[in-house]
Amino acid sequence: MKTKPRDKALMTLLGWGVAFIVFFPVLWMALASVKTELDAVATPPKILFRPTLENYAEINQRADYLKFFTNSIVESVGATLVCLLLAAPAAYAMAFFPTRKTKDILMWMLSTKMMPAVGVLVPIYILAIQTHLLDTWAGMIIVYTLMNLPIVVWMLYSFFREVPKEILEAARMDGATPRQQLLELLLPLSLPGIMSTALLSIIICWNEAFWSINLTASKAAPLTAFIASFSSPEGLFWAKLSAASLLAIAPILVFGWLTQKQLVRGLTFGAVK
Amino acid sequence: MATVSLSNVQKHYGDVHVIQGVDLAIKDREFVVFVGPSGCGKSTLLRMIAGLEEITGGELKIDGSVANDVPPDQRGLAMVFQSYALYPHMTVANNMAFALKLAGVPKTERDAKVAEAARILQLEKLLDRRPGQLSGGQRQRVAIGRAIVRQPKVFLFDEPLSNLDASLRVQMRIEIARLHNELDATMIYVTHDQIEAMTMADRIVVLRAGKIEQVGTPLELYHYPANTFVAGFIGSPKMNLTPVTVKGADATGVAVTLPGGGTVSVPVEAARATPGSSATLGVRPENFVVAESGPMGGKVAVVEQLGGETLVYVDVGDGTLVTVKGGGGLNVPVGTNVRLAVSTSESNLFDKDGLAMTPKVKHDYSATKVH
Repeated sequence: MKTKPRDKALMTLLGWGVAFIVFFPVLWMALASVKTELDAVATPPKILFRPTLENYAEINQRADYLKFFTNSIVESVGATLVCLLLAAPAAYAMAFFPTRKTKDILMWMLSTKMMPAVGVLVPIYILAIQTHLLDTWAGMIIVYTLMNLPIVVWMLYSFFREVPKEILEAARMDGATPRQQLLELLLPLSLPGIMSTALLSIIICWNEAFWSINLTASKAAPLTAFIASFSSPEGLFWAKLSAASLLAIAPILVFGWLTQKQLVRGLTFGAVK
Repeated sequence: MATVSLSNVQKHYGDVHVIQGVDLAIKDREFVVFVGPSGCGKSTLLRMIAGLEEITGGELKIDGSVANDVPPDQRGLAMVFQSYALYPHMTVANNMAFALKLAGVPKTERDAKVAEAARILQLEKLLDRRPGQLSGGQRQRVAIGRAIVRQPKVFLFDEPLSNLDASLRVQMRIEIARLHNELDATMIYVTHDQIEAMTMADRIVVLRAGKIEQVGTPLELYHYPANTFVAGFIGSPKMNLTPVTVKGADATGVAVTLPGGGTVSVPVEAARATPGSSATLGVRPENFVVAESGPMGGKVAVVEQLGGETLVYVDVGDGTLVTVKGGGGLNVPVGTNVRLAVSTSESNLFDKDGLAMTPKVKHDYSATKVH
């Protein structure tokens, strides 16, 4: 299909427009983070102002950013690894040895995502206390793993389904055990899919706020809790809150930007053969 | 080296019987072809022999010992898949060596075996490539190479040539036949293409709806099909199957009335020919001759001149076309009325149930090709 130059220009304009709208809140937050508290709440908003780093300095004094950052990394990467380890065999079995109930099981797993998290907050909170997992890495990794497991199983399942069945049958004839089939064939063949599943899982964990705010206090608190700690009872300090938020999302923004190719490829994998 | 025997082998999924009691004995070093229309169960049967499908009834013996529950890799078989099923992330050499590697064969021995297979299949220059960089024919050769290196007792081929274009298919057909002679191995080959079956097989097994219709050498099946299904399936162009009525029988054979009113006498045993009952006359296209006079007649509808031979399609009334095969010099204009003579000694007669009546004189076509 040929596109007219005018249409192409319009599409480009539209693309930039949508991108700008999506990006605008982040931009506004970045601008607010280098304003003084007074400039940040000024109406009409100040476009011209003298930038300052005082918010960042103050945040650094009030909280240990690195500790929250480390917690975020450990919890999101840890949960993702555990998730993959549990999901890969499950997805393998469901993709290559389906039974009549496989579709139902997949649907059931997904349905657990439809329940509002707050509905199970109290039992999980009590469980966390009694197992001494409140405000620990292990506790958060368990919660995040359970939270992401359905999505990760679903994604791996669909990536595994893309691998021709005959390849595994040939491997069975060649004498490969299920473990060897998984490790020597399935994993290398669906590596792009596994990578994008892992990336998505890390991003979901990183951005998760409900459980982290409720189940952590100080020791295992990730960056979402770090942001929350700046909405103080004395009132909202927009500039400082913006600075804290930017610090919290910066790593994942950079990460997402570096891996965007992989992410897009993973999410559209199988759409076009 | 290896025999394969099936006795009353069955496969059912719940109430659906895909394979309904197959009995078959495959001899050592025999090239057996399973042929039949799609959905007849030929691939399922092969996969059951391979161990990729569970056998739900009956007994499979490989080299005399029961193999029903032996895992696929321990049956001493190698399989070539229709889709090649190569490992896309491995080089040609590693594809071929994978089974040996899993079996713990030392690297030097592995390399020697891969080199030998590569020599047989002329793949030496491609050993470092990946499957994605190969043509269809080359991929198929790698798939065969992967089977060869394991030195299996039995080779299984599941429609290996269906994904290739016509000329390559002919070439690979010859290569596989040559390979069979060279390797001296038992081979079981599945195809829906009766020409592949005719050209390659020592014995053909014709399957329909999960049952064996007939087993025999290509020429046995060609000359003495057991029923109308085999008669119509084997041979190209197809055998002409004409509905006839039994007129009577005597010592020389059974006389039948043709649609146009003419009669012919076919030299078959009269045991199952009741006068007045319906039957089917089977005549190969080469056994019809365009002649001055003959029991059948009609108008020439289509003429196909192939150079070496000519196919004439004669409309014998109510739109039924009869195929006649003549020499390249045969020249009958479209639209002319012709008479057809029948070589009755070469014709087949089937009773009202479609089963062949026994010929009075039967040539022995049971000899297989020389190894």
